[in-house]
Amino acid sequence: MFLLAQIGSAFVSLRRNVLRSLLTMLGIVIGVAVVITMMEIGAGASKSIQASISNMGTNVLMIWPWATKTAGISSGSGGAVTLTEEDCAAIRAECLAVEAVTPSLSRRGIQAIAGNRNWTPFTVYSGNEDYFTVQSWGTPDSGRYFTAREVRTAACVAVIGQTVKRELFPNEDPVGKDLRLNSVLFRVIGVLPIKGANMMGMDQDDTVIVPWTTMRNRLSRSGGSATGASGASSSSSTESDTSDVYPAVSASTYPEQDSVQAENYLLPVRFNNINQITASAKTAEQVPDAIEQITEVLRRRHGIQPGEEDDFVIRDMSEMLKTMTATSGLMTSLLLIVALLSLVVGGVGIMNIMLVSVTERTREIGLRMAVGARGSRILTQFLTESVLLCLLGGLVGIGVGRLASTIIANVLGWPVSVSLGAILISAGVSAAIGVVFGFYPAWRASRLNPIDALRHE
Amino acid sequence: MATPLIELRGLEKAYRLGDVDVPVLKGIDMEIHEGTLLALMGPSGGGKSTLMNILGFLDVSTGGQYLLDGRDVTTLSANARADLRNERIGFVFQNFNLLARTSALKNVLMPLEYAKHRKSAREERAWAESLLQRVGLGERMDYQPSQMSGGQQQRVAIARALVNRPKILFADEPTGNLDSKTSEEVLRMFQELNEQEGITIVLVTHSAEVGAFAKEAYHIKDGLIVGGTYTEK
Repeated sequence: MFLLAQIGSAFVSLRRNVLRSLLTMLGIVIGVAVVITMMEIGAGASKSIQASISNMGTNVLMIWPWATKTAGISSGSGGAVTLTEEDCAAIRAECLAVEAVTPSLSRRGIQAIAGNRNWTPFTVYSGNEDYFTVQSWGTPDSGRYFTAREVRTAACVAVIGQTVKRELFPNEDPVGKDLRLNSVLFRVIGVLPIKGANMMGMDQDDTVIVPWTTMRNRLSRSGGSATGASGASSSSSTESDTSDVYPAVSASTYPEQDSVQAENYLLPVRFNNINQITASAKTAEQVPDAIEQITEVLRRRHGIQPGEEDDFVIRDMSEMLKTMTATSGLMTSLLLIVALLSLVVGGVGIMNIMLVSVTERTREIGLRMAVGARGSRILTQFLTESVLLCLLGGLVGIGVGRLASTIIANVLGWPVSVSLGAILISAGVSAAIGVVFGFYPAWRASRLNPIDALRHE
Repeated sequence: MATPLIELRGLEKAYRLGDVDVPVLKGIDMEIHEGTLLALMGPSGGGKSTLMNILGFLDVSTGGQYLLDGRDVTTLSANARADLRNERIGFVFQNFNLLARTSALKNVLMPLEYAKHRKSAREERAWAESLLQRVGLGERMDYQPSQMSGGQQQRVAIARALVNRPKILFADEPTGNLDSKTSEEVLRMFQELNEQEGITIVLVTHSAEVGAFAKEAYHIKDGLIVGGTYTEK
């Protein structure tokens, strides 16, 4: 009630000099509008940076088998193929921070032939039905991605990238067409959307993606060393190699274990072991959680005692994340400085006008004191006025800022994003400015001697 | 005899100018009884305005004693004085001191903002309206000061001084900015208020004509009372 009356009388005195009140507010309006616009542009920019980085997969985790030592001789990374399809399923089922997980095999130098054209995609990747989620491919440009059933049955289906489409099917829709990879016949079921080059400059669209089971059974001769580009180049050039067409079970797919190895490993290294699992965390921030959870699941499944070394290694894009965080942090603090400066300028304007107002209304202050206003009442009255002025200015500024960023978004096409935080902060800051810069004039008013104030001309 | 409303005993006031104390009031003894219409008269610079400021709790004395209703109020805090001004005292100034761009009614209502015990907005408004009618401005409640003549403005100021139901009304040269006709109107109003409502009124003036409207008068010169209580004709 008291507060309402206070605000009411402050409003009345502000209305008594509308033009000056509006001009005073202008400083805060501009300040807050700048803050809001900058914050929204900044938030939009950092969102789009984030989007483009996560498009390349900041939340992607790669899991490889790690070195084993046999009789003191280290095999180096990937020396023992200890990851299994079941590990993959367990990660999917148990790790809450993991969004999707896929076994991952890739080969280079596989020649793709369609009709009278041929092309060797940079890399042929493979995975399960979640592969596209993990690698954030989004929705297919046309056609569809392969299903769990097609992965289970090792179906000869392929999803091709834009570059491959351009080279092999320049003027037609590739969906439903046939494609031979190393003379194995595949059906094209979908086309990937355009992704462009990745951070290393590799064309991410120059690819063919097939079910990992198909890759293992029909395109590789072993599940163990598929990634190596060295072995691949020889196989692609030999058309007469029938093992590509009819993947015979050769001795090399079952690495022989000696008795020591058999004792060392709880799980036997089997034909369907896989040499890489790729997982994606739900968000980039959850990557550390995901790593922890995956480590825990795999250690348990692989029967690794506490204190023993992991038999796998998890790699993430943490460096990239760090850079990203640092960049957006720098951007935010720069914007904050600009925001602060413009608000301080607005605040000085408020102080200036309030001082003028106190001087100009000295007689009124004297009168109010003469009729019984205590100094504290004069103080709160002037403070209320300046806070009200700043808050009104802040509200208008929020509106103007929103308008400006909408115009910028529509005219310049910059990405903007509504920042509730910025709105709340600017409202709070403008009220705080009202208090801080309104205090000195209000204090001066409250300290006036009523007699001198009444005589003031 | 009943306790005087105000009693001053050897009241002194000195201003400090650099290192020197300049005495303005040099020991004033005075009694003001309830229901009187008193004039403080004297040449300018004689100390009558200073005396009125001290009597009206706008200023503090530097010596002597001030009793209000028999209670010593010589040394009161600024807040206590503000409360006393609000509850007991009404002021009418020479230059009206109305809030610009504010209606007569709102000007009259203004002192109530600082009252301790407030009534409902409707009661306050009705009271202010009745006061404006009492001073003959019932038709001009929504007028702003700039739309009114000096006499009308001073009558708004009188209504404003009465809105807190004060016991004493101080009027500092209330007719100084008015022509003789409106001066007389305003002074008649003071007389009416004094006779009909029993409000104690203290007029500060240098003019004998104004003093003639008072029941009693003190002549103050050089910080001392030079003429006693008597009725001028």
